[in-house]
Amino acid sequence: MAPKRPKLAVWKFSSCDGCQLSLLDCEDELLAVADSVEIAYFLEASRAEIAGPYDISLVEGSITTPHEAERIRRVRAQSRLLITIGACATTGGIQALKNLRPLEELVGSVYAHPDYIKSLATSTPVLDHVRVDFELHGCPINKHQLLEVLNATLNGRKPNVPAYSQCVECKLAGTICVMVTEGKPCLGPVTQAGCGNVCPACDRGCFACFGPVEAPNTTALSVRLKTLGMDERSLQHYYRLFTNNAPAFREASKDHE
Amino acid sequence: MPNTLLISSDQLQTLIDGLRTQGYETMGPRLERGTIVYGPITSGSDLPAGFRDEQEGGHYRLVPSDPSGLEAESFFRYVVGPYSWKRLLFPPRQRLWRARRSDGGFALEPAETRPHPYAFIGVRACELAALAVQDRVFSQGDFADSGYRSQREQTFLIAVNCTRAGGTCFCASMHTGPRARGGFDLCLTELLDESGHRFLVEVGSEPGRKLMEQVSYRRARPDEIEQGRQAVEDAVGSMGRQMRSDAGDILRRNQEHPRWVDVANRCLSCANCTMVCPTCFCSTVEDVTSLDGAESERRRQWDSCFNLEFSYVHGGPVRREAAARYRQWITHKLTYWHEQFGTSGCTGCGRCITWCPVGIDITAEVAAIRDSERAVLEGEV
Ligand code: SF4
Ligand code: SF4
Ligand code: SF4
Ligand code: SF4
Repeated sequence: MAPKRPKLAVWKFSSCDGCQLSLLDCEDELLAVADSVEIAYFLEASRAEIAGPYDISLVEGSITTPHEAERIRRVRAQSRLLITIGACATTGGIQALKNLRPLEELVGSVYAHPDYIKSLATSTPVLDHVRVDFELHGCPINKHQLLEVLNATLNGRKPNVPAYSQCVECKLAGTICVMVTEGKPCLGPVTQAGCGNVCPACDRGCFACFGPVEAPNTTALSVRLKTLGMDERSLQHYYRLFTNNAPAFREASKDHE
Repeated sequence: MPNTLLISSDQLQTLIDGLRTQGYETMGPRLERGTIVYGPITSGSDLPAGFRDEQEGGHYRLVPSDPSGLEAESFFRYVVGPYSWKRLLFPPRQRLWRARRSDGGFALEPAETRPHPYAFIGVRACELAALAVQDRVFSQGDFADSGYRSQREQTFLIAVNCTRAGGTCFCASMHTGPRARGGFDLCLTELLDESGHRFLVEVGSEPGRKLMEQVSYRRARPDEIEQGRQAVEDAVGSMGRQMRSDAGDILRRNQEHPRWVDVANRCLSCANCTMVCPTCFCSTVEDVTSLDGAESERRRQWDSCFNLEFSYVHGGPVRREAAARYRQWITHKLTYWHEQFGTSGCTGCGRCITWCPVGIDITAEVAAIRDSERAVLEGEV
């Protein structure tokens, strides 16, 4: 008899669905994944719902409503391992820009009937609410990294997910540095690798989709970016991209307010 | 065959063809996204003609030479780019072996070896020095890397003497260049004047001599040899940087110094300096399994002492502070390498200065520490 397959659930909170789609995007490997785990709850892929508890929960999205703050606790309670996937779940996502302004002001300017809206004042990462076993960064996550995390989890080993900078990724890949050869701004030196070197390989600076590197020195990078022509306002905006609410970038952008 | 020969520039094609007939994969400088990288070249026209480079801390631009000048025809008037030959002999990512589960055990499959030996064309003196440094690490001593060693032993080297130095070069003060002093099969010096585009060729090995037999050459005249010597002398004069000869000792006696914190405030810990350094040899290995656990492979990839995980031992990284990581790097290069391998770990190629996004300069850091000592001695502090 085949060994019992671990039950996998995929949960969505405030997010665009892009990270969950990375799982479907696994195409060739998807069948192997489906062989190794029982996909018990994944609304994006199937309406079938198998009740918890679950061995592995993948959580996408940030916590932006009182209802979500409540629901993430229930997900945690039903999950042996909880892995957050993507910039929303790990940093609060692009929607964490709302944290910079009073909620009433924002809701009032967007909705005709603000009184119907029940939202929290902030968009926060899952880790701010419940215990998390592993955080996989990226906006969106890289499907190879997702497979590696699942693979490592199923095989009881540590996932090979690097903590080093995007610059290392450039050099491993043989990419030519856009900052040194063209003077283009790049957040790579303070950004964790993992995307697969997407932007520098296309001759663009890195946008920090994978969040801050293990020990970012944004102060030193800002000094350099200024000599490349960025002013205070553009620096402030530069750190407020997809992972704006990661503490290192939040602080860095405040430095340029 | 005389020691120094003269060939016309079109004979480079004959050299490349000769090597390819002998089964070599010919690699040399190529133009890529505004810089020079080493890749496959099959014809002389693959060489970037008429370029010079502008290099400073955190700054690299490749600029076309004046089209009306002699340099417009040149093949080698730029110096080194971001990627050294290290990339080919010690690849950034490499599979070491693969294992498959079999009845009651597992079967090992070694990594595949490359079918063709390399011929490197355009190896600068600092790069020959770097190859010799990496040879000590990978092919000599008790822990030889058999893959590196077999590749390296078969590699044919055509060196090129620099006739112009870059803004971040300091090989002269490291005594590694700009003239190649051995360790090559052939060594070229580019001559550009009214008499045309020619190369002096020094023969450094028996395979080098054999290859030259296929090429049309003549004995170089003393005035031509002198012209070549002068051209290399010009490179000495245009060296952008210099390193103090007592750098290793200066660092050794200043393990605690305010400059470490100063440089750490500027340093991004991005690791570019170690990745581009032609002598840095650190790597990490990771094991990857197939989803069903039936297969596994071990991969090796470049690592750096600037990565926090590099010094991770039980409980956390040993070098948490950027100051400690920068000090590790520079003291390894300039001080402890001598004790470990009997040479400097730095050849003066300048890559770490140019390709540091914030332009931190190994020569300037040493000089600053030395200046602070002098200030103390002279009672200025
Ligand atoms: S392009 Fe950006 S990420 Fe890549 S090496 Fe340069 S600064 Fe670093
Ligand atoms: S300087 Fe750092 S990366 Fe380079 S060889 Fe030494 S320890 Fe390794
Ligand atoms: S330490 Fe810098 S100058 Fe010295 S060999 Fe390495 S990259 Fe070149
Ligand atoms: S010295 Fe420069 S290249 Fe090296 S880690 Fe620091 S910032 Fe990066």
